[in-house]
Amino acid sequence: MLAFTLRRAIQAIGVMIAVGVIAFSMFRFAGDPVNQIVSLDTPAAEREAVRKSLGLDDPVPVQFARYFANAAQFKFGVSYQFRQPVSNLLMERMPATLELAACATVLAMVFGILMGVYSALRRDTILTKFFQAVSLIGISLPTFLIGILLIYLFSVTLGWLPSFGRGEVVRIGWWTTGLLTLSGLKALIMPSITLGLFQMTLIMRLVRAEMLEVLRTDYIRFARARGLTTRAIHFGHALKNTLVPVITVAGLQFGSVIAFAIITETVFQWPGMGLLFVQAVQNVDIPIMAAYLLMVSLIFVTINLVVDILYTVVDPRLRSTIRRPA
Amino acid sequence: MSDAVVPHRVESSPQRARPNASWLNRVLDSDIFYSFRRSRMTMVAAAVTVLFFLLAIFASQLAVQNPFDPAQLQLMNSRISPLWTAEGQSPFLLGTDEQGRDVFSAILYGLRISLVVGVLGVIFAGTLGITLGLIAGYVGGAVDGLIMRIADVQLTFPAILIALLVNGVAKSVFNNRLDAVSTLAVLVVAIGLSFWVQYARTVRGSVMVEKNKDYVAAAQLIGLPAPKIMLRHVLPNTMGPILVIATINLALAIITEATLSFLGAGMPDTMPSLGTLIRIGNNYLFAGEWWIVAFPGIALAGLILAINLLGDWLRDALNPKLR
Repeated sequence: MLAFTLRRAIQAIGVMIAVGVIAFSMFRFAGDPVNQIVSLDTPAAEREAVRKSLGLDDPVPVQFARYFANAAQFKFGVSYQFRQPVSNLLMERMPATLELAACATVLAMVFGILMGVYSALRRDTILTKFFQAVSLIGISLPTFLIGILLIYLFSVTLGWLPSFGRGEVVRIGWWTTGLLTLSGLKALIMPSITLGLFQMTLIMRLVRAEMLEVLRTDYIRFARARGLTTRAIHFGHALKNTLVPVITVAGLQFGSVIAFAIITETVFQWPGMGLLFVQAVQNVDIPIMAAYLLMVSLIFVTINLVVDILYTVVDPRLRSTIRRPA
Repeated sequence: MSDAVVPHRVESSPQRARPNASWLNRVLDSDIFYSFRRSRMTMVAAAVTVLFFLLAIFASQLAVQNPFDPAQLQLMNSRISPLWTAEGQSPFLLGTDEQGRDVFSAILYGLRISLVVGVLGVIFAGTLGITLGLIAGYVGGAVDGLIMRIADVQLTFPAILIALLVNGVAKSVFNNRLDAVSTLAVLVVAIGLSFWVQYARTVRGSVMVEKNKDYVAAAQLIGLPAPKIMLRHVLPNTMGPILVIATINLALAIITEATLSFLGAGMPDTMPSLGTLIRIGNNYLFAGEWWIVAFPGIALAGLILAINLLGDWLRDALNPKLR
């Protein structure tokens, strides 16, 4: 168990170093950083001074070491468009993204599990057919179309919900939250649905498939033979066993929820990290792109590591069979 | 037993003289065609997909104007609502936008771009993934380890993020001065680089199974070079799953392209795809001009839904467990 955890941790560090190399090469080699900072008519001498002050004259390994040391302290340089430290920009916007991603995940889990269980137990009802249609739409409609559709319905036509921004936010330390004000909560509804819909369909399909599988197993048949109530069999025995993979998938998906927030944040002009990243891609602001890549990878790698370790804790069968060298 | 020589073409041999007819018969007699005919949903999906492809191919014949030739646009015709509404005007079936562009013509041209990027992206991803998968599976050892580690790491990152990054880096390298055609090429590469993993993994898995079979040993014995064995003998036996992945991937590639264009990191306004049209139209939503965004949106959703349905059917039809 310890060896497994250690191996996984080393692997995670390896991934982070690889991502660091990519982020550094983006920062260093994709376009000349000096050109982005100075204006077109800056004299050559001044350019040299800027080059020197950025340390771009040093050998590449030295630059890489410095970039890495700085990144480890969350110093990612200065944004080309905003002329502000990237870490400040990211920190300012992180709460918005995390709050949105958390709400979307909770929404997806609750409705996904409910719909999945229902459609596994009542296979041929109209409601099940409806759920399956919804899940097909959730997979086929691109995220931004769902967002536009919701905005058209609830903002333009009905005027119930705001179409952009976070509403009023409350500041708690460095964290800002929209969960404590009415306008903040209203602003959160449509973006969470937009972001959570794909995850919801994924969880629903997974729960349904797992549930159908479990219901066919011997121990369920045995539980029936023992005369347990249907409810005890379905929810006490079957559902419990389907939840392990569901929690794993939902955990692993949290990373991609944060990445997909890029789209949702653009549609709803939600002031989060994703919107910052899209603007960085549009304006070729490499420091922000590199920093975002590093931050998101850190979140991904951490989640993967935690889920992997938790998985072995939750499911004892895996402990003896951990031979996967992956 | 698998090494017994099965003369599987015996039944078609009398018709050898007419290869076309026998080929058609074989298709019509196949299990796949049978399952195709049995599913009405699949037939509709196939028809819709073919229709979209035809619309894209014959876009310039069907459109009432070339919507991206400024000389053909007239500002007098701007913001006309669809034909069936009170203010509709004759040649503009689905209305016009701010610059007097016919929405229907714009969709036809946009569809063409979306499909070109999608298909080329899938081909690029497939070629890259299949090649790497073949090498990893056939050569094995350290090469296999390296390729599959890269695949593992990449799989933890969503495709859209990778595509956005590739796009941003390309823009930076070319100093943000890309014309429309090179943007298209960048998009194809970005999509290809984000979707190759699935092909590589699938091909590698099948190759690992296939390469221990006797026919590969026989080919090695008669001294065929490894690339020839891989391409001519092993690859055809891995094509079933690849076809399924490619179909589902086409839908994903089209979604990715549309998303990138919607985010402003894809096709420019001068050569718009469906995603670009939706981004442009989105600005007029609040002014009540819903048709500028609605119809490109419907076209995109319909296309993706149809391809997804085809992919689902193909997956089930080629899965021997479900027969």
